[in-house]
Amino acid sequence: MKYAKILRISLVERLVYRADFFVSTLFRFLPLVTTFLLWDAIYDSSGSTEFGGFTRDKMIAYLLLVQISRMFSSMPGLSGSIAHDIRHGDLKKYLLQPIDMIAYLLSYRIAHKLAYIATTALPYAILFFLCRHVFTSFPDFITFSAYVASLVLSFMLGFFFEACIGMVGFWFLEVTSLFYIVGILNFFVSGQMFPLDLLADWLPGWVVVLLQNLPFQYLAYFPAMVFLEMKTGWELAIGLLLEAAWAVFFFLLARWMYRLGLRRYSAYGG
Amino acid sequence: MPIIEADGLSKTYRVFQKKEGLLGALRGLFRREYKEVRAVDGVSFQIEPGEIVGFLGPNGAGKTTTLKMLSGLIYPTTGTAQVLGHVPWKREDAFRRRFALVMGQKNQLWWDLPAGDSFELHREIYSLPLDQFKRTLGELTDLFGVGSLVRQPVRELSLGERMKMELIASLLHQPQLLLLDEPTIGLDVVAQVTIQKCLRDYNAQRGVTILLTSHYMRDVEALCRRVLVITHGKLVYDGPLARIHEQFGQTKLVRLQFENNECPPGLERYGEVARREGPVADLKVERGQVPEVLAAILGAYTVVDMSVQDPPLDQVIAKVFESGSNGELTTKDTKGHEGKK
Repeated sequence: MKYAKILRISLVERLVYRADFFVSTLFRFLPLVTTFLLWDAIYDSSGSTEFGGFTRDKMIAYLLLVQISRMFSSMPGLSGSIAHDIRHGDLKKYLLQPIDMIAYLLSYRIAHKLAYIATTALPYAILFFLCRHVFTSFPDFITFSAYVASLVLSFMLGFFFEACIGMVGFWFLEVTSLFYIVGILNFFVSGQMFPLDLLADWLPGWVVVLLQNLPFQYLAYFPAMVFLEMKTGWELAIGLLLEAAWAVFFFLLARWMYRLGLRRYSAYGG
Repeated sequence: MPIIEADGLSKTYRVFQKKEGLLGALRGLFRREYKEVRAVDGVSFQIEPGEIVGFLGPNGAGKTTTLKMLSGLIYPTTGTAQVLGHVPWKREDAFRRRFALVMGQKNQLWWDLPAGDSFELHREIYSLPLDQFKRTLGELTDLFGVGSLVRQPVRELSLGERMKMELIASLLHQPQLLLLDEPTIGLDVVAQVTIQKCLRDYNAQRGVTILLTSHYMRDVEALCRRVLVITHGKLVYDGPLARIHEQFGQTKLVRLQFENNECPPGLERYGEVARREGPVADLKVERGQVPEVLAAILGAYTVVDMSVQDPPLDQVIAKVFESGSNGELTTKDTKGHEGKK
């Protein structure tokens, strides 16, 4: 299988940059610390012990778990590199050689993620160990399996979503502002900042319902909630199904955009 | 059967016309004006197996656009082409396995890894059997003389070594057609000559067909017996390199050496005096008048030594490019080539 080999070679390439990984991981913890302190202050000053069903400990646990979600779903540089390849003509290599761009990028990204997870496992393990008191219980086998499934799906969803965003570059020359807007929006509506449940206090109900059906929540919020056993039973099953449906949707959208985009690229540029 | 058959290939781009200034830019947000640019205009030619053909033309003449159509990156506005029996822009895998396009300015090797790893990747992309891959790689690294560099990260290679690696990468799947766009750009003379030699040897050994563009006439002279000249999207010459002088070099360079260490006066009446140094003078003489002029000069002066030469090829080519832009040339001669049959 040619894409498996591509994965192996990409893995070798990624490991060339292990020092870069290590340093970037360390610094990723910094904003996390400030977020913890911020929530500490909020709980202290408000005097209430919970927000939207989250106690102080649960909030910390949530924020830690969101890091794990992002470990799978974030795709740094993916849309940018696709747009760059389109704009600078590097897309050529996928047209000249018997290879498919999306399959190639997926293999490359899996390798990237494996290398990333391998190099950051230890610092994360230490972090979780230090914060172990915020976790009241470890999920049972079925919940944990659902958690793993939600993470794998969040990787697929994140990949195909970002690929689609990058391929907007087929139609527009300059797309960095779009990437910026999507990034900022994603940060809030995926629940990286705080659990989406908190929005119920200040947003109209239909907005919250909308957010809970959009694909973004699966990139951070949903897997964390599965681990915390705050999505159970039917809610869990439907959530997973919807996540899979969104992943398939963006997979199909990506294939379609790629086909149309190539047709356009071949007609106008190259 | 020809390897490449291009028939009336044309490519028209629509180019956005940006208005001057802020107001113009704002207007451009709502109503855009486009200009049609004919990058390639009715180009037809055939290339037979085993030929090395040079594709010449000034910047923006349509060389790269033509190569892109032949390699299937873009499709033509009108016209057709058959490359290795396929329509290139259908991009069938069977077609893509049989040719390679190398652009001197683009890097296809992984920057931080040894070239050997990129070669492995190519093996996977083209699904090459391991023994065949190893054999080909061994032959190519011997031919290019880079065996010891395969395990060195690409970023540590010199430009010439890197270009050799690029060529090896594109030859691993043993393509029958090699399209080269400026393969020696930026290289010093020594590296240029080595690349030329490698390509010539590879062509002799494997009979691969090569179509190459270059701005270095030395590349073309070293490699190509036949050239295509394109200016403003139109093919203005298709024929043996040697005959380009006959067709476009209207003058010859007559070098005369006189006795007594100085040139006699009055040479101007025979032709333009390009150089006068001691007893040596270079005269530019109309091709057809060379015999009469020589007879007249020999009758009038005592000449110690003399030679008649074609002007340097790049000067002739430059003239072809210029005349093309003045619209003086037509394509009527393009069928008259006597390439290998």
